[in-house]
Parts: sequence; C-alpha cells; structure tokens
Amino acid sequence: MGFPILSVMLAVPLAAAIACLFLGRSAARALALVATLVNLGLGIVLWASYDIGGAQWQFTERANLFAGFQYALGIDGIALMLIVLSVFLMPICILASWDSIEKRVGEYMAAFLLMETLMIGVFAAQDLFLFYIMFEAGLIPMYLIIGVWGGANRIYASYKFFLYTLLGSVLMLIAMLWMVNVAGTTSIPALMQHDFPAGAQTWLWLAFFASFAVKMPMWPVHTWLPDAHVQAPTAGSVILAGVLLKMGGYGFIRFSLPMFPDASAQFMWLVFGLSMAAVIITSLIALVQHDMKKLIAYSSVAHMAIVTAGLFAFNVQGLEGAMVMMLSHGLVSGALFLCVGVIYDRLHTREIDRYGGLAINMPKYALFFMLFTMASIGLPGTSGFVAEFLSLAGVYEQSSLATLVLTTGIILGAAYMLYLYRRVAFGVQKHADAAAMPDLDRREWLMLAPIAAAVLWMGVYPESFIAPMRKDIATLEARLAYASPAGDAALREAPPRAFPANTMAHKAPAEEAR
Amino acid sequence: MGFAASLHFTSAEIGLSLAGLMLLLVTAWTSHNASRGITIVAVAALFGAAIFTGGELWHTSPAGDAFGGLYRVDAFGSFAKVLIYLATAAVLIVTPRYFAERGAYRGEYPVLMLFSAVGAGMMVSATDLMTLYIGLELSSLSSYIFASFLRSDWRSNEAGLKYFILGALASGIILYGMSLVYGFAGTTSYSGIRIAFDAAFPTGALFGMVFVLAGLAFKIAAVPFHMWTPDVYEGAPTPVTAFFASAPKVAAVGMMMRMALGPFGGEEEAWRQIVIFAALASIVVGALGAIGQQNLKRLMAYSSINNIGFLLIGLAAATPAGAAGVTIYLAIYVPMTVGSFIALLMLRDADGKPLETFADISGLATTRPALAWCLMLLMFSLAGIPPLFGFWGKFVVFQAAVQADLVPLAAIGIAASVIGAFYYLKFIKVMFFDEPADRAPEPRSPAGHWGVLAVCVVAISPLGYLATPWLGSVADKAAAALFLVA
Repeated sequence: MGFPILSVMLAVPLAAAIACLFLGRSAARALALVATLVNLGLGIVLWASYDIGGAQWQFTERANLFAGFQYALGIDGIALMLIVLSVFLMPICILASWDSIEKRVGEYMAAFLLMETLMIGVFAAQDLFLFYIMFEAGLIPMYLIIGVWGGANRIYASYKFFLYTLLGSVLMLIAMLWMVNVAGTTSIPALMQHDFPAGAQTWLWLAFFASFAVKMPMWPVHTWLPDAHVQAPTAGSVILAGVLLKMGGYGFIRFSLPMFPDASAQFMWLVFGLSMAAVIITSLIALVQHDMKKLIAYSSVAHMAIVTAGLFAFNVQGLEGAMVMMLSHGLVSGALFLCVGVIYDRLHTREIDRYGGLAINMPKYALFFMLFTMASIGLPGTSGFVAEFLSLAGVYEQSSLATLVLTTGIILGAAYMLYLYRRVAFGVQKHADAAAMPDLDRREWLMLAPIAAAVLWMGVYPESFIAPMRKDIATLEARLAYASPAGDAALREAPPRAFPANTMAHKAPAEEAR
Repeated sequence: MGFAASLHFTSAEIGLSLAGLMLLLVTAWTSHNASRGITIVAVAALFGAAIFTGGELWHTSPAGDAFGGLYRVDAFGSFAKVLIYLATAAVLIVTPRYFAERGAYRGEYPVLMLFSAVGAGMMVSATDLMTLYIGLELSSLSSYIFASFLRSDWRSNEAGLKYFILGALASGIILYGMSLVYGFAGTTSYSGIRIAFDAAFPTGALFGMVFVLAGLAFKIAAVPFHMWTPDVYEGAPTPVTAFFASAPKVAAVGMMMRMALGPFGGEEEAWRQIVIFAALASIVVGALGAIGQQNLKRLMAYSSINNIGFLLIGLAAATPAGAAGVTIYLAIYVPMTVGSFIALLMLRDADGKPLETFADISGLATTRPALAWCLMLLMFSLAGIPPLFGFWGKFVVFQAAVQADLVPLAAIGIAASVIGAFYYLKFIKVMFFDEPADRAPEPRSPAGHWGVLAVCVVAISPLGYLATPWLGSVADKAAAALFLVA
C-alpha cells in the first residue's frame, strides 16, 4: 500500500471546489486552474508509474467505510487512459471559461471541480455502488452548469438532460441490486468474472443498456445531446463531449461486455443496427444544421455510433479501435467546441452564416480549426484515422454489411465537416464584424495547442496510448471468445483443390479423369 | 415481569407526561411571557427522553413487555421513539417565533407537543389494540389543535377542521377494524391475535385487517386516502406542517410496521397486494400531483405522499431486510423533511410575510445563497440523487424489494421516482436559474433556525454515508425485534 494517488486525485478537486464556493471571482479562477493543473500532474505521474503488462488492477485502495458497499478504487489500462483524458481536458476547460463566465464565478468553478472528482471516481471505482453513486452524482453539477450559465433555452435543455439520463440509470440500479443479490459481492473485478445465468443476462443487459445508451448517446435516445450541447457554456460542452459521453462507452466495456457475454452476443445486431442508423441519420441531420454547436453535437452521435459498433465486434481490433475512438473523439470534439467557443466569444452567435472568410483575418485560428476538422473526418496522420480504421477493421470481421454502412457514414462525415469549414473559414468575408475579429490570443493558444499536439501524437504513434490497454483488451477478448458470433468475413476451411487455382482448363487432366 | 421493570421500560413516556402535566400547571398560573421558558423546558424534556431511550437502545437494548403485555420495549420501538422525540424537539425549537409574531403563542403549545410525542411513542410501542388506540388518540387530538392554532386565520381553521373530520373518520375505521379483529381473534393482544389468526383466518378477520390498514393509510396519507394532506399542509401554520410531516408520520409508519409484521404477520400474502397498490399509487400520485403546484407547502405535501410510497415498498417486502430498509428510510426522511420545512419557514420577506410560492423564491441563490444551497441539497436528497443521503434510503428499500423477488415492483417504483425528480428539480431551477423576485427575502434568520437546518443538512449530506455501518446495525436490530414478536 503506497501513496494513495487515486484518493488524492479525488480529494484535490473536491477540496478546491469547496474552497471556490467561498472565494471571489479572480481567486476562484486561479484556484481552479491550480487544482486542475495539480491533478494533471498527478495524472501524468499515474500514467508514468503504471506498470504496462503488470497486474490487471493497479493502484488499488480499499476501505470498509460504508455498509453495503466499499470504498474501493483501482484502475486498469482502460480506466487509466480515460482518467488521463479527463485530467488533461480539465485545465483547458477552466481556461476556456476564464473570461466568458462573468456571473457567479466561484460556484461555476466549484461545479467544474466537483465534476472532475466525479469523473475520476467513475473510472476509478472498483465497487459497483461506488461507481453508481459517482455516475449519478455527475448529473448534479452538469445540471447546474447548463441551467445557470447556459444559453437562452437552457432550462428546457437542463431538464431534458437530467431526466433522460436519470430514467436510464435508475433501471440500471435495479439490475445492480439483483446482480449483487445473486453474486453476493459488490466488487467489479469479481463480478466481471461471474457467470450469470443466460436467461437473466438478457434482462440485466437491457437494464444496463438503458443507462449507457442514453449516456453514450445512441440513436434514437440521443435527442438530449444536441439541446444540452447548444445551451451549455463552451467548457460545459467540452466536458460533456470529451468525458461524460465516454462514461457510456466505459460502461459497455466494463459492465455489459464482460459481465453479460451471452446477452451481448444476442444483442449484437441491435447495437449494430442502431449504430448504422445513427451514423447515417445523424450525419444527414448534421449536413443541414445552421448552428455550429448543433452540427458538432450531431457529429458526436455519429462518432459514438462507431464506438458502439467497434465494442460489439467481439475482437481485439474492434475493442482497441473503440477505445482509441473514445480518446480521439474526446480530444477532437472538445477542441472543435473550443474552436466554436473562440469565435462565439467574439461575435456571440453560433450561426454559420454570420461567419465566412475567417482564414483571412484569423489565419492561426483557421489552421487549428482545419487540423481538428481533418481529425474529425479521420485523415491519416491524425488520431481520428487510427480510431476509425481499427474499429471498422474489427467490425468487418463480424459483418461486411455493417462496415459498408458505417463507412458510408464516414464519407458523409467528411461532407458535413468540410462544408462547415468551407462556410466558416473560406470564401469571402460577408460581414464586417466577423472580418474585424482578432486572431487567437495567448490564452486561446494555450487551450488549443496541447490538444493539437495530442491529436497528432495519437495519429502518428498510437502505440503510446494503446500499450497500457492491450493486456486488458486481450483479457476481455478471451472472456468474450466463447460467445462471439461467427462473422461473415471469417475464412472458411474448404477441402483442398486438386489443382492450382490458375490452372488452364485444357491442362487439367485430373478434372477430366473424375 | 415486575412493576418496577414496567415503570423502567416506560420511564421516558412517563417522564414526558409528568413534564407535560407540570408545565400545564405552570401555564395556567403564569402570564403569556412564561411561554418561552416553558418551550425551553419542553425541548429539554424531549431531548432527555431521546437520550434516555437512545441510551437504552445503544447500551443494553432491553426487550421486554411492560404492564402485562400491553406495552413492549424493543429496539424498533426505541429507534422510532428517538426519531419522534428528536423531530418534535427540532420542530419545537423553531416554532415560537412564528406564532409570537402573530401574537398567538401560548404555553399550551409546547405542552400539547409533549402529549403528542407521548402518544406517538405509545403508538410505536403498543402491543395491544387498547394501548395502541389510546396512543393514537392522544397524538391525534393534540394534532387537531395544532392545525387550528392560529384561531384568527381562516386557512388554519379550515385545515384544523378538515384534519379533525377526516382524522376522526380514520380513527373510526381503525376502531371498526379493531372490533372485527377482536371479535374473530378473541383477544386484543398482538401475540394472541397472531396465534389465533395463524390457526384460522376467516373472511371477517380479513375485513377487520383491511379496515385497520385502511385507517392507518389515512394516518400516513397513502393513496387512495391522501386527499386531506395537501389542504391540511397548506393551511396549517408552517411549523405545524413541519411537525405533521415528521413525528406523527414516523409513529404511524412504525405502528403500521408493527401491526403488519406482528399480529398480521402470518397473513402477509393477504395484505401485500394492498400495500403494493398503495405504494405504487402513492409514488405516482405524489409525483404527478406535485407537478402543477405553485404553493411550496402544497408541493411538500405531495412530496410526503410520494415518500410514503417508497416506505411502503419496504413494507411490501415483508422481510427483515425490508423492515430494516423502512427504519433507515425513516431515519433519513425525518431530517430531510424537517430541514425542508425549516428552510421554508425561514423564507420570509422583509415584513415577515412568508414566501409561499415558486414565484416568491425565484432567484433565491443570489439573494440568500446559503439558504438556497441548503434547499438545493435537501431537494436533491428528496429526489434520491446520489451522493446525497436520500439516495441511501431509497437504495436500501429497493434492495429489500429486489431480495424479496419483487423486481417488477422495484422497477416500476424507481421509474416513477424519475417523475418525482421533475418537481424537485423545479425547486432548484426556480432558485438558481431564474431572475430574483421583486419581494426580497428577509436578509437574516435567527440562529436557532440556522442551527436546526445545519444539523439536518449535514445529516443528509454525503457525510451521512459515514453513519451507514452504525445505522445499518441499529436498523437490523430493530427489524429483528419486529419479527421476534411473531
């Protein structure tokens, strides 16, 4: 039992959140930035000291503080990468709200720091109910962030966000109670090894699916996301797209797949079907949006559909691709929301038509925006390519039809993103006020440059990010292997031919002899 | 069991009764100015009774019958009594200011509070229909007076009258059921009834049981016997409403638990369907009814109906785990509801007029941030959102239901709780998202109010989870005591 680094990572933002409630605006900003930077430092230490290929669960902590569940923390490679993503995005979020949030700064920063604690808690929890508490509690700060600091229609969006997600999660709670009652343990690692009866798995899987599908979000329960994104302040959108959506994917990979392999195989086509529908439908919707944030929100739904398809491909490529897609999407969509926020802060509108020709007066901005657009499309050399290639290669082994449809969605993705970029950055400068906007300042540089570096790193050398997860994904694949459905792209063993395939007809005496 | 032991077991109630009688004499012979002192003594007596009962519960936890089986002291009764006495004391601390400002505070008020607490304590300890009825009436009759204590206010009068008529009706129904039960069992003692009904359970006895449960449903305001609650809660003075929502509720639920699992414990298949219906109907009606409400007290009335539904889910399980769940839920529900009403009590404009509607409290987060944050925590807790402690109450109740194979009940109940979350969220929305109202709230509140509110908020905050091992063990003991009777 060494230094309890996970507990410290939970405690730092929590303590800062409480302090922020009592501080003035500039002090609260500074404290929030310091606390998130400290956590970023701790996250880097965590990554550096994670023993790749070592024990499955590392940095474990355990204490019997509560009746009915335990304070049990611990991470594997999958959780490690998601925690690193969270702590990486947090200081950027604080910077993004530096000037744009003017009212009730202390409470705002407190909500964000509380959010950070809960996000790390979700990924680090090793107890089923500790996970649930962290998972659900995240609704409170996000509800406040959207409701207090959001746009004009924020109240509707905040209600929709809260009630949708709550309805999904409470059914999961009943399933959890049932599981604990049957398995007799609340420990997630133990439950991941437990074989539930195949008949019960169906119901349990559906209950978990209700929660994670809403969180993810999958079509057709995605409708809360565009509303929440559009109304949330920029940093809220970044956290929502960057980390909160990943909780759904994390839930699938941590709970649905290893705990209910039979049901997962049974429902594979449900997930594929919804993913295919999502990619096509939301991409088409994104094509006709006038609101930049809404467009990016719909693109998130499309990208998350590729994650779900990759997860349910039941092979290593699909799972790795889905994980890289989550990390990549966390960075890229977060960065795209920041890009929208940068120009929103200047012109206070998200209408695409109000901009145009920004490459002329904001060349640096246009460069960053282009990089992230390309990463979102999946251009080789960016993180998006690695993610899409791996996921689709995994899905192909399972179903060529699904791959065909998902790939079509990616072409549509290129269409809407390039169309957006053309309208915003290229063309003539239609409006004088948009043409007069200054280029990026130092704070905005500090926000965008680290994400750009990470996106390129992940695109050029994804091994750094995949290596910690490799062993865990292999373990998961081995657990799933027995239930994996036979794919239509698998090699079939046929009796060997008597003659080479390129034999000419007149040179086939063996054939005539038969 | 000797007479001395009987006296020892009932000494908390006897002490409270004696304190009440003495204070009554003091009230009669002194002027109104003494009412403040009388309140202090009454609060001290309640705390003393709570400490005594709690000490018994914690150290020796005696279980035994007093007065020849009329009265039983066990872990369940003691736990419920501690809750009742503490809730009554908490409400009494914040009461005088409200009435004094209206010139209506009398020394009789704390005295009646004491008698009501004694009655409530008797309700949860009674193991005989006679003792039970005396406790019930002692508690109820005091309550009718509280509801109409503001004699010059017609709303208060209306609430008192409604409460009295419907309460009397409920008492009548209970009494009728009791007489049927007595007729078929031939005894009024709980253990005797259990033995008789285990041997034979004729239809007439079933009617008796249904009547008793229906009357109790009136007292706890479970659907379909809930219609008096919104009117009475709205009309009664706010400190009185806080009292109604806490101590008598605990007593009625405790008495219902003891009856259902004790004398009727062998017939759980017969009453379970009634309880399940009442539970789901209460959750749904409590949630839907609250949505359109503008008056905060009326809203809290529906909220209490909603909460009763969750409590009944634990009872429907009819297992020790279910009984323990209800006990834990009660222990969490009391600070939640008392805290909410005290916060409402602190919401007044500069002239001392109460702020009673959503429009009045809009933007409270900017005008009274501390109060708004307390209310926000209370509302999230009532909605059962983790990490607040209200979640734990729902958790244990639903866990018990799942363990008792009532998965559909648990699933429907918890799904309906999402509807309830809507109006708790509305509270927060109005306070935090809306612009401040024209009527500015009073800038300061008395320290006594803040003290009680702070205790309640700390109890329902995530810190409450640290108490779960202790609460769990006490609740298990209490639940085991209930099943021991059988």
